Amino acid sequence: MLYSPAPMHIPDGFLSVPLSIALWIISIVVIALSTRRVSQDLGEREVPVMGVLAAAIFAGQMLNFTVTGGTSGHLMGAALATILLGPWAAVLIMTCVVGVQALIFQDGGLLALGANLFNMAVVGPFVSYPIYRFFQRMSTGQKWGVFVGSFIAAWTSIFIASLAVALQLALSGTSPANIAFPAMGGIHALIGIGEGLITLGAVSLIYASRRDLLKLGEPQPKGSTLIWIGGTLLAILLAVLSPLASSNPDGLEWVAEQAGFLERASEPSFTIIPDYIFPGIPNETLATIIAGILGTLLVLGVTLGIAYLRRQKTA
Amino acid sequence: MHAHFLDPYKPRSSPIHQLDARLKVPLVIAFILTTSLIPIGGWPFYIFLTAVLLSAEILSDLGIPFFFKRAALALPFVLAALPVLFTQTGNVWVTLPFGLTITAPGVERFISVALKAWISVQAAILMASTTPFPEILLALRALRLPKVLVSIIGLMWRYLFVIVDETIRMMNARNARSGESPNPSYKHGGSVFWRAKVTGGMAGNLFIRSIERSDRIYHAMLSRGYDGEIRHLPLPSIPEIQRWISVVVFVSFFLIVVLARVLWG
Amino acid sequence: MSCVIEVKRLSYSYPDGHQALREVSFHISHGEKVALIGPNGAGKSTLILHLNGILPVQQGEVFIGDLPVIPKNLGRVRAMVGLVFQTPDDQLFSPTVFDDVAFGPIYQGLPPQEVKERVHEALSMVQMTEYAPRVSHHLSVGEKKRIAIATVLSMNPIALVLDEPTAGLDPRARRSLIELLRQLPQSMLVATHDLPMVRELFPRTIVMDQGQVVADGATEALLSDQKFLIEHGLVS
Repeated sequence: MLYSPAPMHIPDGFLSVPLSIALWIISIVVIALSTRRVSQDLGEREVPVMGVLAAAIFAGQMLNFTVTGGTSGHLMGAALATILLGPWAAVLIMTCVVGVQALIFQDGGLLALGANLFNMAVVGPFVSYPIYRFFQRMSTGQKWGVFVGSFIAAWTSIFIASLAVALQLALSGTSPANIAFPAMGGIHALIGIGEGLITLGAVSLIYASRRDLLKLGEPQPKGSTLIWIGGTLLAILLAVLSPLASSNPDGLEWVAEQAGFLERASEPSFTIIPDYIFPGIPNETLATIIAGILGTLLVLGVTLGIAYLRRQKTA
Repeated sequence: MHAHFLDPYKPRSSPIHQLDARLKVPLVIAFILTTSLIPIGGWPFYIFLTAVLLSAEILSDLGIPFFFKRAALALPFVLAALPVLFTQTGNVWVTLPFGLTITAPGVERFISVALKAWISVQAAILMASTTPFPEILLALRALRLPKVLVSIIGLMWRYLFVIVDETIRMMNARNARSGESPNPSYKHGGSVFWRAKVTGGMAGNLFIRSIERSDRIYHAMLSRGYDGEIRHLPLPSIPEIQRWISVVVFVSFFLIVVLARVLWG
Repeated sequence: MSCVIEVKRLSYSYPDGHQALREVSFHISHGEKVALIGPNGAGKSTLILHLNGILPVQQGEVFIGDLPVIPKNLGRVRAMVGLVFQTPDDQLFSPTVFDDVAFGPIYQGLPPQEVKERVHEALSMVQMTEYAPRVSHHLSVGEKKRIAIATVLSMNPIALVLDEPTAGLDPRARRSLIELLRQLPQSMLVATHDLPMVRELFPRTIVMDQGQVVADGATEALLSDQKFLIEHGLVS
């Protein structure tokens, strides 16, 4: 809806069905893992803390600042949630935010929700966590590590997520790889700066006001190795794959075809013969068109009938 | 200034409103899945699904213009599909400067994607505007979403409006002090980096207050005997007639997909 | 320019159709301190948000000094009217007190030296100069209120508009805030439920109920009319 921070929420209709389902499965597995981790870490505090912070991220996405002219910068919040609460809790919080945005506000599709969860709730925290921790270690717990780490973690979370979106669109045949990658990546390299600056501003305020919330110097939560490996792999894979794919779009299409993602087989032939009524509609299916229109009229007729009867009844 | 305008639910007494959410949510998802499975260029099926959708919209008593207006909000993303106009190989329709050509399969694919998006988003709007949030939660429970997640989402919804109000007040307070000097030689607004940093401060403020709020909520829950276990009343039963109608609709969706894939396969 | 704030037949409806203001009219002269009272939901906060254009004027007119409150003038108007919100946490969103008080001057594009002077001046007006480097979040409610007032004083406004300044304060903090309001020279409109403060500080009172101004006059006369006060839910 109006509060969407960036063109990151994929609507329904843009992704192929097998890809949507595959991403649903991956997201569900990661979310299930996170639920178990967070339950162990927070215990009975889990529900109030996660619920309120999910609401806070949702509301925080409304915050904006003018960049220039009519454009403005927004916050997505995956990195901020990761820095404050650790990767597993961030996965859970972003899941609730992205889920409610799809269910209630049509920000992103329902079938595409698996993909949107993957991009924002899985990639976001997984990628930002190793980066943030890395800088914290490099600086041996000094202030600059926290600040530089949060800026770069936030920027990377947006950039890598946008590459994931581009990859998904390309695999679905909705947007060609050699355009999707530079376009999505380019825009989000800029949007990521806004995300980075807002995250940095937020972290410096929290550093000044409630340093305890940043849990500096605390050991890593359980299961972090998985995040380190998973996040680093995801980031490298997407970062390496995208220039490859965009310089060689046919390659990706070939992969897609081999994997059965692109539904080439179900497409009509690509030639227009004069007696085609509309591109892609062969003659023998004229009957179907008529059947389709008849069925349509029937459905609408029945509906109008019921609506009319109901109006009579209530009047 | 209250953020209730966020809640998309529009109370009416239409049959769509009365349909149990435990059927409505899966039906909408099945409808969107059906739409997605129709092959590129399956025009009669798109028309038919649109008719089904319009019928449901009429029955919801909310008026078709309401749905069209809300659906327009999902349109910007269509830009992402625009390049397919030029990149599909096939019969050339229009030749543009810079060596760009619009091909027939490109147009076909683009229109199909846009139509699918437009149909699906309306189905989602129909669900959200005819189902109060607590019933959607009930449906999520019936769909076997883990109890913890359902509780978190429920609590999130409860405090969403409170925190959004807080955010709006904070933005008002910022706007109220965003003035111009009487001296016209001073350029107002500050630098972009400063503005971003201030916005970050607002986000940080929101977070600290939310974490402190969650502590208070937790204590209030404890004081009423909360022990971490989430208990619910049993779900009420679904009316028989609604079950049967839904079964028929599910089966017809399935048949439509089969028909579409056979005819266009 | 005899009026600081002038409101003419102002009406406002929220997007959900609820009409919050109906034909509200009043004006405040230079140096005047006026109380705005009325039950919850009377439209006080909605009115206040109109005074520097946070809510757009739908019907009627609002003038600040000579300037009509219209989109073109918002920048100027916002520098002229200092709006202090009820919850200071909504207004203090920077790491330090200095940053918060400096927000207005920096936004206006003042040179750094002048920003520092403005901040110092504003903090000394609320007697909190030594608080500049402190972290806003760690202050008490009473201290936050004073800082919130300083954040608008730093813009050199011609009028101050305060929403519930004494709400949530303990007696001592309330007392010191009242003394502060007494000392500030700006014209002032203060929305409040604190009738003892109104009696003490404001010679004139505007009463709102259900989006309308139901009385506007000398505080003493208004507040001694028990029947009137009960009718509008101001005493129980």
